[in-house]
Amino acid sequence: MIPAPFEYEAAESAAHALDLLARHGEDAKLMAGGHSLLPMMKLRLAVPAVVIDIGRVGELAGIRADGDDLVIGATTCHADVAASALVQSQTPLLAYAAAQVGDPQIRHRGTIGGSLAHADPAADLPMALVALGGVVEISGPGGTRTVGADDFFAGFFETSLEPDELLTAVRVPRCPGPDWGYQKFVRRANDWAIVGVAAAGHRIALANMGPVPVRARAAERALAEGASVADAAGLAAEGTDPAEDIHADRAYRQHLARVLTRRALEHQTG
Amino acid sequence: MQIELTVNGAPRSDDVEPRLLLVHYLRQRCGLRAANVGCDTTSCGACTVLVNGRSVKSCTMLAVQAAGQEITTAEGLAAGGEMHPVQQAFRQEHGLQCGFCTPGMVMAAAGLLAENPHPTEAEVREGLEGNFCRCTGYHNIVRAVLAAAESMSA
Repeated sequence: MIPAPFEYEAAESAAHALDLLARHGEDAKLMAGGHSLLPMMKLRLAVPAVVIDIGRVGELAGIRADGDDLVIGATTCHADVAASALVQSQTPLLAYAAAQVGDPQIRHRGTIGGSLAHADPAADLPMALVALGGVVEISGPGGTRTVGADDFFAGFFETSLEPDELLTAVRVPRCPGPDWGYQKFVRRANDWAIVGVAAAGHRIALANMGPVPVRARAAERALAEGASVADAAGLAAEGTDPAEDIHADRAYRQHLARVLTRRALEHQTG
Repeated sequence: MQIELTVNGAPRSDDVEPRLLLVHYLRQRCGLRAANVGCDTTSCGACTVLVNGRSVKSCTMLAVQAAGQEITTAEGLAAGGEMHPVQQAFRQEHGLQCGFCTPGMVMAAAGLLAENPHPTEAEVREGLEGNFCRCTGYHNIVRAVLAAAESMSA
């Protein structure tokens, strides 16, 4: 499969990428690792007239601590997030989530910013960001802004990014210690979650239980009011309306959400 | 557009269309046919090559993205005619049947051992998660990677 022809621009800096976006408008797509966009271009589901490559913009990659937060550059690949001693010690949920994406080759190319901007509701990093209560940092022609995880995902494969904006970094609170869990139910190696659950303290995020990663708010409230893990997990599917597909119908997905939430709250990974 | 990169240790400069995939560049322009196009959907791993020493599926990378990078294919592992320890181990342990997945398996294994020179059997199996063999299952392949790890550290 060959993508449709496009014009290629290699950005030399974040500012250059913004200039290129401003010049080409909605005809352009940003590409870093290309592991979400390129498959869509090969299937001709995406046919951008211009591809702006930000994969070699050094200032957009890297991991650093900033006060109580970790800041991860948008083009940092999953393998580097997963292997980072800083991420592993300060926000182990994020390191674990990054290590669950695809397979080793995919993790060498796919990036945290790309995964979030792609906004697949079944993907690992959107769910992790919601569970951690992280924010994304965005640059545009009017300056910079930050958007919280709960507001960033606007719909099925849709975010609050404007066409002339660039996701530059991801900011997550430090969340060390063992009070987290991560569950990903898949049928095959290398696959997306049929249902996923990430729990960080009393925050619970569900993957593939709606068009965007969603919080299990009824379960969170129950925990805050002192309910047992089992009782709270029993409320994990409240208010969800998951899609049905060949793998699972609505009732089965809701069942999985309850079971996997209990396991995540018991700090299990899998 | 013009790209300059290093393929199996040799600098190259080529004029490529932006939509040219790395695997097609390697096979058609460089004449390096070890990397196979299997699934063409980032799943099977038959097209795995090393980019700056890290395993990558070359069906999901543009040749223009490889500008300035160092690419290694299975042909480059045997530079000088001497087989790489991973290649020797695949032969020794009979880690193949039809051979279609083998170049990708070998490159994924070489990348894995570069990151983790002493993997456990479980780590080898997880490390080859991105490579499918449709002939025989994976027993001899895993055995070959473990044997290669041993011979490389000897």
